[in-house]
Amino acid sequence: MSDRPGAKILGFGGYQPDQVLTNDDLSALVDTNDEWIRARVGIQSRRVARDDETVTDMAEAAGAKALAASGLEPSEVDLVVVATCSPETPLPNVAAVVAHRLGIPSPGGYDLNAACAGFCYALGAAADSVRAGTTRNALVIGAEKMTSWVDWTDRSTCIIFADGAGATVVGRTEPGEPSGVGPVVWGTAGDQADKIRITGRTGALTQDGQAVFRWATTAMAPVALEACRRAGVTPADITAFVPHQANLRIIEAIAKKLGIPRDRVADDIIHAGNTSSASVPLALARMAEQGRLQPGTPALLIAFGAGLSYASQVITVP
Amino acid sequence: MTDQEILSGLAEIIEEIAGTPADEVTPAANFVDDLDIDSLSMVEIAVAAQDKFGVEIPDEQLKDLKTVQDVVNFVSKNS
Repeated sequence: MSDRPGAKILGFGGYQPDQVLTNDDLSALVDTNDEWIRARVGIQSRRVARDDETVTDMAEAAGAKALAASGLEPSEVDLVVVATCSPETPLPNVAAVVAHRLGIPSPGGYDLNAACAGFCYALGAAADSVRAGTTRNALVIGAEKMTSWVDWTDRSTCIIFADGAGATVVGRTEPGEPSGVGPVVWGTAGDQADKIRITGRTGALTQDGQAVFRWATTAMAPVALEACRRAGVTPADITAFVPHQANLRIIEAIAKKLGIPRDRVADDIIHAGNTSSASVPLALARMAEQGRLQPGTPALLIAFGAGLSYASQVITVP
Repeated sequence: MTDQEILSGLAEIIEEIAGTPADEVTPAANFVDDLDIDSLSMVEIAVAAQDKFGVEIPDEQLKDLKTVQDVVNFVSKNS
């Protein structure tokens, strides 16, 4: 038996900006309506950050909540990983600034860009770092201001993307305690790199929606199954399925392929929109708040998006 | 595979994905106008058709298939 520690989740936190953008608001901007958006994507409302509200601000807010939920002191955290593809500037990174603002004294810190797959990638990397003995406690955040990259005249994207942040704290298991974060299954499909893109420094986000829909609804269930297998569970054991909140129909299609009942499936997109790498941790934080997570049971996470990239793992609900 | 077999296989798929009763899936039925099936559901139908009939329907060709008979013809021609 290895004497290396396992990794486990210690708590969740989520943050959504105050400003609500409804489907009716959007129908004043582009040719769309509430019924069409609900049928096609599943969103009823989403949040938009203030002009002066940054990805770092949102990451800090979610991070603070996750830290509080974990019961740890900031000084006990020695790694901060921020998954984001929408930072205001390439440097300094978000992680170093957030760590400082949260009073975490000089942890390892880096940002990770795997687009919408970012949080599950970051969680995988952080959990590996804990298991390797490199890290005692990691703060893993997904934070995005996607509305900065949206063309508000393009109804195929401006109805979907939104802003927010979610976070989790990953710590070490006690000796003899089972692993609380399963091995990550991650990958890329670079042959479809052109399907979701932002061109140049100031270009807007565009995507080939049908191609992405086809890929997500066919290629992701096998990845989720592999993550279950590596964690030693089956979909029947999963008490909460939290896929990236890209589109309610994608979520439902993948859940159906896995045979997971609808009431165990996160549908945070309805009131959050697609917040890229923030969507999985935000959904987890909300489910935790609503008492929909069963402590000690396995939850299945899968995130996927531009790259195309994907990552999936099973976690034990704290 | 006969056209009738393809049609009934397709009707099963459409019932499963869109909830449309199989007996409403007639050859002349237009996906958008008659069956209220949007482009995302068409992708799901194409994927299910590939599983069932072994015929791939790429997105570029899918958009030209407007009626049930169009899909039956496509599958028949390519199987």
